[in-house]
Amino acid sequence: MTGTPGGLSTGSAASVSTRGSAASVLTRGTQRPAATKPRRGPASFVWWIVFIIGLLYFFLPLLGTFAFSMRSEPLFSAYAVVVDDPQFGQTLFYSFLVGIITIVVSTILIVPTAFWVRLRLPRLRPYIEFITLLPFVIPPIILVFGLIRSYSGDPFPLAGSDLGSNVLLIAAYVVLSFPYMYRAVDTGLRSIDVRSLTEASQSLGAGWITVLVRVIFPNLRVSLLSGAFLTLAIVVGEFTIATFLARPAFGPYIELIGGNRAYEPAAVSLISFGLTWIAMGLLGLIGRQSRQKIQIAGAH
Amino acid sequence: MSYLTLTGIQKQFGTTYAVHEFNLSAEKGEFVSFLGPSGCGKTTTLRMIAGFEQPTAGTISIGGTDITHRPPNRRNVGMVFQSYALFPNMTVADNIGFGLRVRKRPKDAIHKRVDELLGLINLPDKGGRYPYQLSGGQQQRVALARALAIEPDVLLLDEPLSALDAKIRVALRKEIRSIQRQFGITTVYVTHDQEEALSLSDRVVVMSEGRIEQIGPPPDIYNFPATPFVASFVGTLNLLAAQVIDGATARLNLEGQEIRGSKPGAATGDRVTVAIRPETVEVGEAGGSNRLTGTIEDVSFLGSIVRTRVRIGNEASLSFDQFNDPGLAAGVVGDSIALSFPPEATLVLAGEANAGDALEQAIAES
Repeated sequence: MTGTPGGLSTGSAASVSTRGSAASVLTRGTQRPAATKPRRGPASFVWWIVFIIGLLYFFLPLLGTFAFSMRSEPLFSAYAVVVDDPQFGQTLFYSFLVGIITIVVSTILIVPTAFWVRLRLPRLRPYIEFITLLPFVIPPIILVFGLIRSYSGDPFPLAGSDLGSNVLLIAAYVVLSFPYMYRAVDTGLRSIDVRSLTEASQSLGAGWITVLVRVIFPNLRVSLLSGAFLTLAIVVGEFTIATFLARPAFGPYIELIGGNRAYEPAAVSLISFGLTWIAMGLLGLIGRQSRQKIQIAGAH
Repeated sequence: MSYLTLTGIQKQFGTTYAVHEFNLSAEKGEFVSFLGPSGCGKTTTLRMIAGFEQPTAGTISIGGTDITHRPPNRRNVGMVFQSYALFPNMTVADNIGFGLRVRKRPKDAIHKRVDELLGLINLPDKGGRYPYQLSGGQQQRVALARALAIEPDVLLLDEPLSALDAKIRVALRKEIRSIQRQFGITTVYVTHDQEEALSLSDRVVVMSEGRIEQIGPPPDIYNFPATPFVASFVGTLNLLAAQVIDGATARLNLEGQEIRGSKPGAATGDRVTVAIRPETVEVGEAGGSNRLTGTIEDVSFLGSIVRTRVRIGNEASLSFDQFNDPGLAAGVVGDSIALSFPPEATLVLAGEANAGDALEQAIAES
C-alpha cells in the first residue's frame, strides 16, 4: 500500500524525504514517509470511485423516478393527486399500523424464545436458527395460500372476516420478520452476559417476568430497533400476502395506482420512501437515549 | 449452632460426579471458603446453595429451614459474581436498589438504604453513574452492595476478585472481610487462590474432584494438611520419596541420609512421601535435629525471599526460603550445603512421591 507512482523504493534511510521535496517523493518514492504522513495514492482514488458508484447506484433510480414524476403538468401535480387521494393516507396508515403490531408481536415471541434457548437449550440454537430462516426459503405466495386454506373453514374460519384476515396478515408478517428479529435479538443477547445477569436478578428476588421485562428487554433495545427497522420496511412495501388476503395495505395500493396512472406511481414511491425513512428516524431517536446508556455491556 | 447446613450433597452430570458426599455446617456469621483447582466442584456447590443448580441428592438448609427445592428468587441469598453482572441499563443506585424494588419496598426506604450502602463501599457520589463508567474494582464493590442491600441470610461470592489486578484484589479482600464482620453475615467464598482463602476465612474447605479433602481453620490447613492433595495444593511444598527405617520412632531413609518424621505410624520398610515446607528449612544446624546435605542447584530471587534448590542424593531435590536482607550471602550454584529442619515439620504422607507429585509441586510453586 505504498501507492507511490514510480515508487521503486531505494529503501535507504538517506532517501527519507521531507515535505519540502515533493518531487523527490514522486521520483524516489520511499516507503517511510507513508507511516507519518497520510498519502492519497491510487488506492484511495479507487475507493473514491467505488464510493461514487455506490452513491449513483443508490440515488440514480431515485433521481430518475423523481424526474419522471415531474413530467406531469402542472409541476408537482402528481404529488398533489397522490396526497389528495384519501386511499393513499388510509393504506399507508394501515400498513404502518400493521407494521408496528407485527414488531410488537414478533418481539414478544422472539425475545423470550431466544433468551430461553441461550440460557437453557443452547443445543437447540441451530434448529431454531434454521426455522427462523424458513421465510427466506418459502415464497410468500406459498405462505399466504397455506394460511388461506388452513383458516378458511372450521375450526378457525379467520379468512372469512375482516378482523380474521387482519389477524392472518399480521401472523404472516410476524413469520416474515423472524429472520431479522431473531438474528438481531440473538446478536444482542450474545453481547450481554445473559446467564450472570439472569442469575444476579434471580438471587435478588426477581421472577422470570421481572428478569425479562426489567433486565433482558432494556438491554436488547438497540438490537430490537435494528430488527424493527427491517421489519417495518418490509411490511410497508409487502404486496403478495396483503393482496391475497384482500387487505387495504400500501403495497396493493401502489400496484393499483401503477396500473391506472402514469406519473403518480413514481410520486407514491418517493413519498413512501421518504415516510419510511422518517419512521425509521423516529424509531432511532427513541432508541438513541438507551444506546447512550448501554454502550458497553458492563459484564465481561 | 449450625446456620447453613449442607447434608450429603451430590451432583451428578450424566455418569460423572461433580460433587460427591458434601457435608458442611457453617455457623451464623462464619466466613467459609471453598478452595480447589478448577473443576473440583466448588462453584457447583455454591450454585446449589444459590439455587441455580439442583442437587441430585442431599439437603440444604438455612436457619433450620430446608431450601433444597426452593427457587433461587425465594431463598434470600445474596450472590456476587466473578463477572460483576451489574445491570448495564441501570445506574449504580438503581443496581443497588434493584432487589428492594423487586420486594416492593417504599421508595424512601430504598433511597435511604442505597445511600447507606454507597457510603459503606466508599462510592457516595457515584450513584448516578452507569456501570461502564466505573473501574473493575468499583463495579465489584457495587455488586457487593447490591447483594447486601436485600439483607440476605447467606452471602455467596464466586471468585469475586479473579478479574481484578493484584493490588486492588488485596485491598478489596480486606474490604469484603471487614464488611462481612460488620454485618455478621454468613458467607461462602469460592476461590482457587490459596492466599485469598487462607487470609479471609474462619474455615477453609479444600476440594478436589468433587470431594472434600479437608475442612479446618487456615492454620490447620496449612500446617497440618490431611492428604497429599492438600499438602501439595496449599502453599509451596517439597515432596520427597523416602523409606521407613523404623515405624515406631518415625526414622526415615531419604537418599541414604537419616531423618525423623513428625509422628510414628508408618510401617517399617514402607515407601512414603515426606512433605517439608520451604520456610521451615535453615542453612547450618540451627533449624532442628533433621540434617541433610546436598549440592546447590539453583538460586532464585523472589523479592522478599530468596529460594534455593538443593539436590539431595541422586533423585531428590529440596527447596528452602531465606528472608532477603542486604547482608544475606546467597548460595552459589554447585557448592555443597548443609541444611536442618525440625522433625515436627517433616510430614509423612502415605504413598511414594512420584513424577505426578513432582508435577503437583511444580504447579504449586508456579
